[in-house]
Amino acid sequence: MSAQLSSARTGAIDAAGEPLLSIRGLRVGFRKAGSQFEAVRGIDLDVAKGEVVGIVGESGSGKSVGMLAALGLTSKNAVVTGSVRFKGEELVGKPARAMRKIRGSRIAMIFQDPLSSLNPVMTVGAQIAEAIRLHQRLTHRQAMARAVELLALVAIPQPERRVSQYPHEFSGGMRQRAVIAMAVANDPDLLIADEPTTALDVTVQAQILSVLRSLQERLGLGLVLITHDLGVVAGHADRVAVVYSGRVVEQATVSQLFADPRHPYTRGLIASIPNLEESRERLFSIEGAPPALGRLPGGCAFHPRCIYAEARCREQDPPLLDVGDRFSACHFATTLPPFHGASLAPASLETGSLTS
Amino acid sequence: MSRYILRRLIAMPFLVLGIVTIAFLITTVTKGDPLTAIVAEQQMSNPEVVAAAKARWGLDRPLPERYMIYLGNLMSGDLGTSFITKRNVGTDILYRLPATLELVFAAMIFGTTLGIVLGVLAAYFRNSLIDHGARLFALFGSSLPVFWSGLGLLFIFSVVLNWLPGPGRLDARLPLPPGVTGFLTIDSLLAGNLAVFKDALWHLLLPAFVLGWTVSGTISRLVRANMLDVMSREFVLTARAKGASEFRVVIVHALRNTMVPTLTVIGYSFAYLITGAVLTETIFSWPGMGSYAVEAARALDFPAIIGVTIVGGLAFLVTNLITDILYVVANPRVRLS
Repeated sequence: MSAQLSSARTGAIDAAGEPLLSIRGLRVGFRKAGSQFEAVRGIDLDVAKGEVVGIVGESGSGKSVGMLAALGLTSKNAVVTGSVRFKGEELVGKPARAMRKIRGSRIAMIFQDPLSSLNPVMTVGAQIAEAIRLHQRLTHRQAMARAVELLALVAIPQPERRVSQYPHEFSGGMRQRAVIAMAVANDPDLLIADEPTTALDVTVQAQILSVLRSLQERLGLGLVLITHDLGVVAGHADRVAVVYSGRVVEQATVSQLFADPRHPYTRGLIASIPNLEESRERLFSIEGAPPALGRLPGGCAFHPRCIYAEARCREQDPPLLDVGDRFSACHFATTLPPFHGASLAPASLETGSLTS
Repeated sequence: MSRYILRRLIAMPFLVLGIVTIAFLITTVTKGDPLTAIVAEQQMSNPEVVAAAKARWGLDRPLPERYMIYLGNLMSGDLGTSFITKRNVGTDILYRLPATLELVFAAMIFGTTLGIVLGVLAAYFRNSLIDHGARLFALFGSSLPVFWSGLGLLFIFSVVLNWLPGPGRLDARLPLPPGVTGFLTIDSLLAGNLAVFKDALWHLLLPAFVLGWTVSGTISRLVRANMLDVMSREFVLTARAKGASEFRVVIVHALRNTMVPTLTVIGYSFAYLITGAVLTETIFSWPGMGSYAVEAARALDFPAIIGVTIVGGLAFLVTNLITDILYVVANPRVRLS
């Protein structure tokens, strides 16, 4: 199925004719106590230089695991197949030592929980300096001076004082800023942010996202924004990949995706966004729950929850196909009825929302 | 940080007084009559001899008076005279304590190093052969009685293989190095006598291993459990995402975060071994505090018993203080409190 997604069609191409990051048919399986299951069942994705790509999906959909696998950060019992090319260089199967040179230097990654993503017994400055010195020949003193600059770059007040403080002396938002400072310490080409704002207050979320965006623009970073929040994607991403049960089910530009989603799952997601202008008693929710890993239904993984499902959906898993202006993995991608946003939802549906 | 330590220091004299008081009172609640240790059996029926002995050792005075006298003497560093050796208890202890300290230090260095290394390896290679091996080693270390493991190892290494010397601190034919620290290994090095150093070290190996083994068992299990917890935290993933090597991730990031509970056990074990190495000292004929305590208890030698109890209590106080100070170094969050 990977052949269907061409970089030329997604527009993710830089001057050299190759996207910054190009993922094809990425699969991640885990062996556990004799049994085996696949958390990622084929992710195709391109990220161009300076582009912001959102990856949207529920918890357990494999969106984080897929990106961890791309960086060689999955646990020892993971089996990663497929292709992840970064600047034309294949990363899957690359020796650990070579991967370490790329991680934190060319590709940086930040995680969800700023409370636990910093080492509690090292000063913030020492942790940033460590990131620098792992990839650059600098003295500790030079690296600490650079750490102060980086803290200033992410708008932390009094960086000279803050640099020698410990994480517990920082607020949640400031910790995430420090984590971002650490991630951009070596001027990477690509930054993968895994739910960077989920653990933060709403007001702080906006600040962190604006810090990320301004850095992304200033440094010309490729940014992958993993989130379960369609609002974040709508406001900040250029393109979106929607992930369901370990697969990309739809990929499009943000405007296309929100205007006319061509996959029933995407439609359900968009319909369940609360709308201020419309007064409805109950929030729309997609009926049912995502399938458990290792117990996927036959055919399309979404069919048990899909209001458009027909017989062939139970038998054939639809490939991710170019349907004109985007990619969709639905048998009826081109024949779905026009989308009317939230009005799609019958009022009688049960309450609840898309949980992360 | 300094205020935190100051508070500890201020509490110290009161704690010492508490230890002294309890140590003193322990001797009054025991059923045994100390006179049996002082007066020969045939003389016990002679009231004059008994009265003289009581007067000589102050046993005819009421308890509060004896307590005040003891405290007064203690202030001037006098721990009283042993019923048995008839020497000053302080002198006896100063002669015995270095032997025990040398043994305990060696055991702790060995036990801590091995415990941490095994714990880290067992956690990192969880459910592997290394993990199972470390578990077995720890199980034996903490469940084999030292009189069994000590005698067994003595038999194997000293009697059968003849690789290591038998019991004792030093070959009787070798001269004792001039006492500076009381540690034979250090004193012999200071005196530049390598032959004595080698012999003292060889004598130290087995008892230190036997004692250290029990400690390493506890520490390795504790480190393993804490490492498993810490390795699953997000900052470990962050460190990997930075491009840090596995060694760096494990040692610099994870291990340091397991140090606080480990320090507690190390401190406690150290203090415990100072008076608790009785069996090991007996088996290896080690002239230390443990064997002194046993002799004193057997003979109802009250001044010696009180002296040993006070030293043991002080050992706990001092190691606790040092552990508390090390907490601050290991865990910056303590500094706030």
